[in-house]
Amino acid sequence: MIDDQPEAAGAAVAETENPIEGVFDGVEHVRGVAKPDSILIVDGMRRRFGGLVAVDVDHLEIQRGAITGLIGPNGAGKTTFFNLLTGFDTPDGGHVELNGASIDGVASHRLAARGMVRTFQLTKALSKLTVLENMMLGAKNQGGESFLRALFSPMWRAREAEVEVQARALLERFKLSHMADEYAGTLSGGQRKLIEMARALMSEPDLVMLDEPMAGVNPALTQSLLGHVKELRAEGRTVIFIEHDMDVVQDISDWVVVMAEGSIIAEGPPGSIAEHQQVVDAYLGTPDAPPGEPLSSETDGVPAAEMESDS
Amino acid sequence: MLLAINWDIIFTQTFSQGFGTQALVFALAAIGLNIHYGYTGLLNFGQVGFMAVGAYGVGMAVFWLDIGFWPGLVLGVVYCLILALILGIPTLRLRADYLAITTIAASETIRLSVRWRGNRERTGAAEGINDFADPFYDLNVFDRIGSRPYRFLFFEYRADDLWVMLIGWSVVGLALLFTWQIMRSPWGRVVKAIREDEDAARALGKNAYSYKLQSLIIGGVIGGIAGMLQAIDKQSVQPDTFNPVITFMIWTVLIIGGAARVWSPVVGAMLFWGLISGLEAFMRELLDTGLGDSLERYLNLNIQNVSQVRFMLFGLALMIVMRYRPQGIFGSREEMALDDR
Repeated sequence: MIDDQPEAAGAAVAETENPIEGVFDGVEHVRGVAKPDSILIVDGMRRRFGGLVAVDVDHLEIQRGAITGLIGPNGAGKTTFFNLLTGFDTPDGGHVELNGASIDGVASHRLAARGMVRTFQLTKALSKLTVLENMMLGAKNQGGESFLRALFSPMWRAREAEVEVQARALLERFKLSHMADEYAGTLSGGQRKLIEMARALMSEPDLVMLDEPMAGVNPALTQSLLGHVKELRAEGRTVIFIEHDMDVVQDISDWVVVMAEGSIIAEGPPGSIAEHQQVVDAYLGTPDAPPGEPLSSETDGVPAAEMESDS
Repeated sequence: MLLAINWDIIFTQTFSQGFGTQALVFALAAIGLNIHYGYTGLLNFGQVGFMAVGAYGVGMAVFWLDIGFWPGLVLGVVYCLILALILGIPTLRLRADYLAITTIAASETIRLSVRWRGNRERTGAAEGINDFADPFYDLNVFDRIGSRPYRFLFFEYRADDLWVMLIGWSVVGLALLFTWQIMRSPWGRVVKAIREDEDAARALGKNAYSYKLQSLIIGGVIGGIAGMLQAIDKQSVQPDTFNPVITFMIWTVLIIGGAARVWSPVVGAMLFWGLISGLEAFMRELLDTGLGDSLERYLNLNIQNVSQVRFMLFGLALMIVMRYRPQGIFGSREEMALDDR
């Protein structure tokens, strides 16, 4: 429960304990490797847009309780992959299991009840709702969200009060309490990132999917956001996040998955990834490639990945 | 010259129409539209279609189905429900524009269908259906004192008008109470979240499609009840009273009041009908004075085009309001400014 330890978690932002320390010790650094305890398992997921293969993931497992970074150059298909996993887009084929149960074809709005919540690359603060209302919207089990019960206040008042307590505690933790009664539209870009993460936590999710949580945020706030992500792990939640800043990825990830051109080209702990030739090529381009060329084209990118990634 | 103007007539027109049956019908239709657009962000450009099916529900119950007036009221609500489902199921998964296109087309389709000669036995075609609301007027608590109207201050109504107003404004009051209650509930919070960003609501576990459909049904049924009240008031349903212009007048009413505010449809409707009627009475009086000849000569204003000119003047007034108070009367400018961020 979040309510149990907001102060404890909030106090140690910089050095939060890592409850899954050492869990990846015996795991090989190869694509599609099995994890000791997978919360999410993806099999053969494909998505085409016309002739373009946007996502083509053979097998991927996400370790429960860990922070997994999903990196890759622009256009690698990371956000599309997120959309497919969270029901915002429909794959052409493939299977996904969450907590051991299939979520193939499950509508996006049902995934929150299954313990999976996402945020968006372009933050979606609900401008004309107050910050507190934004938070309270994220709660589960509010019967007053059904039309007939909404007509009778006694049917939802008690739950509403509980939700408000939970929302205010989270706002406290994310240092947004002073904004509680302001319209969310008045928040700064960084505060919007904070409220989106905080709002996602209202449903007490097992798996939090953050799409570029640190994009466009100043360095000080980045540190605080990093602290919040580590707190999620300390609470036992699983985090998958998309990020471009390699320093951030190195800092907080327990495991890193690299995508390029829709496929996963490598995975491993952050240290090993930086030395992976394929990743360096995909990210920085091969040294002899002329400027302006795509970082890796279809002829030398994906097939090459398939040959070398098992090394 | 100005002294010759009969201000009593102008004020009587303004106040009588401002609180009259037209105003309550528009207020109610705008309450429905407020649920659609103001709170849920649905672009319904066919509110008159809901009014039409509500009105024809009652009319056809008496004229064609012969099941009587009171069951007709239920039938009107059922028709609205069906119309909302027909409009919403295919379009609400798509972008907001599709609902707008579909609703405006549907409202015209409805008007032309009931007008079609082949439907004469069901809808009365172009002649419509008349005198079907006697059971309603049989319950009138106001004495019909000869043919003279009731007068007090600047208000002047017939006994039957008063009866429609008593029931009609009570229905409006209930609709306001209803809007206030659901919009302060968690249901209302979800609906407003969908207005702001549907994807965010979905990511937080809300079935946006279902909520939008519910909102379309609720606002549509309220619009249908407005249509029934209009039909009852006129003791008649005519296809051509349900033309698209009515939809845009209802939008005007909502925008004057300010969207997403509980009271704005009522105040908007009162202002709309009060000012429109007052303007017309004023111009008619003006034409009766010594100025009449010069108005006709230089501005082409005469007794025949006064009722068109009043809408032109009202349009001008609306432009001025939008320039200096775009949020409407009750809207908050601060909130409006958030849209630009």
